[in-house]
Amino acid sequence: MIGPLLAVAQMTFREAVRDRVLYLLFAFALLLMALSRVLALLTVGSESRIVADTGLAAIAIFGVLTGVFLGVSLLGREIERRTAHTVLARPISRWGFVTGKYLGLLLTLVVNAAAMSAAFVGLLMWRGDPVRPVLPALWLTLVELAVVTALALFYSAVSTSALVALLFTLATYVAGHLVWSLPLLVERLTGSGARLVVWAVYYALPHLDRFNVRAEAVHGDAVPIALIAWQTAYGVGWSILLVLGAGRAFARRDLT
Amino acid sequence: MISAADPVLQIRGLTKAFRGHLSLGRRMVLRGVDLSVRRGEVYGFLGINGAGKTTTLRIVAGLIFADAGDVSLLGRPGSDPEVRRRVGFLPESPTFHGHLTGAEFLEFQARLAGVPAAGRRAEVERLLAEVGMRGREGILIKRCSKGMLQRLGLAQAMLGAPELLILDEPMSGLDPAGRRDVRDIILRLRDRGVTILLSSHILSDAEALCDRVGILHEGRLTIEGSLDDLLGGAEPAWEVAVAGDPGAETGERRGDRTLIRVAGQEALEALLGRLLAARVRLVSVTPRRPSLEDRFMAALREEGR
Repeated sequence: MIGPLLAVAQMTFREAVRDRVLYLLFAFALLLMALSRVLALLTVGSESRIVADTGLAAIAIFGVLTGVFLGVSLLGREIERRTAHTVLARPISRWGFVTGKYLGLLLTLVVNAAAMSAAFVGLLMWRGDPVRPVLPALWLTLVELAVVTALALFYSAVSTSALVALLFTLATYVAGHLVWSLPLLVERLTGSGARLVVWAVYYALPHLDRFNVRAEAVHGDAVPIALIAWQTAYGVGWSILLVLGAGRAFARRDLT
Repeated sequence: MISAADPVLQIRGLTKAFRGHLSLGRRMVLRGVDLSVRRGEVYGFLGINGAGKTTTLRIVAGLIFADAGDVSLLGRPGSDPEVRRRVGFLPESPTFHGHLTGAEFLEFQARLAGVPAAGRRAEVERLLAEVGMRGREGILIKRCSKGMLQRLGLAQAMLGAPELLILDEPMSGLDPAGRRDVRDIILRLRDRGVTILLSSHILSDAEALCDRVGILHEGRLTIEGSLDDLLGGAEPAWEVAVAGDPGAETGERRGDRTLIRVAGQEALEALLGRLLAARVRLVSVTPRRPSLEDRFMAALREEGR
């Protein structure tokens, strides 16, 4: 069971690594980090913060873009091109296939984010800026990438259209970053039905804002280890839930 | 454990309908297909486009789910992923991961098929040689011709020494030499005792390869039997060649000869009588064995009535 799953993961990783789009996004991220130095020159007195903020944002944005764009077509492309036919006729379950695809893409994102992080940390060290405060932010960005990629995979499994999957993933991503504001909305609502709906949305969405500790990193504030561990567990939990949901949706899908 | 007499593949009452665009309407593709393939035979699954052949084979391969009916593979339920270790599948017009080379693709498939790591490379090289892809295994799949893809597809289906091979249009996209090669491979596999279920549009290939055939029409298996049964029972036919003008008889003109086709002993005797009476010069009288194509077309005509 685990052998075929790992074979699918390795093949997915190899496919992504040989995709030129990945290198293009990576190059853009590096370019943005390099530009942070120029931006810093234009700002008086907060050069280190600008460099740290821009670098962390570049890693998060390009990581999410890579995860979303590769994730939404992860299953659809295999079905459309019929490359899944020879794979799924083998002794591998649909769940194993979906999990293998997810792990392969996750590995790609980890390698990609690690390379961008290494370049970013190198930039900080070259400038003589502290590295330690940005490490929690880098780690939680990686956890967020795992959740967002699982979201993209989930929507690609429940929808037959990559465009629909893309729109839903982006919408959930944006909503997941704004979900913290829903309790404030509840306070202003008077109808109990409307409150119930808002609370349902609050609990149904992944709270992606929890993974954003960039402000703390930029200002050099320490992030407690317990918080990092809790947010990591939260992200892993959501990722598992979404991959299981994707597996369930894909398990009865006809490959015509 | 199944005995040698048990069918390798048994399909009972297979029914499948596909939903239309926007889930509107239902298009019935299979209407209760029953089929059984015996150990060691080559079974030809024939039918016109849209008859339901590919849908049936994809259900057997686990790619499509039937609405009703059962599939049993090697004595176990078709839904059991483990039984697929003993089954090879070649899809129609196969497409594979374009970023891989032929050798990488086969190694990937070998891992999926559960071929042990120690013998994987040797197995891949053996199959590359068997399908005539030795020396071309380093080419990226996205740069392969259709014929090369078909050969790679056949090689991946043969990985792990399967007991049952399901081949959907294995000759599709091949030039005459490629078709002959694939035909030879299939015959070699049959000699090794591999059971083969193949679908084909090319009836002459099916006639050359298959022990038994089934004709699927509008989602039902309308005719099934051995080639001897299907072709031997038909009315005998002859081709009479005469020199020059055959008089009142109608035939196909070929150079200075005319070919007149006739079916049935009595019709032949009557024709010969008329030709001799008219002093037409006979060149030859050749028995004409009905082909699978004749039988196939007759079956379609019967169904259409």
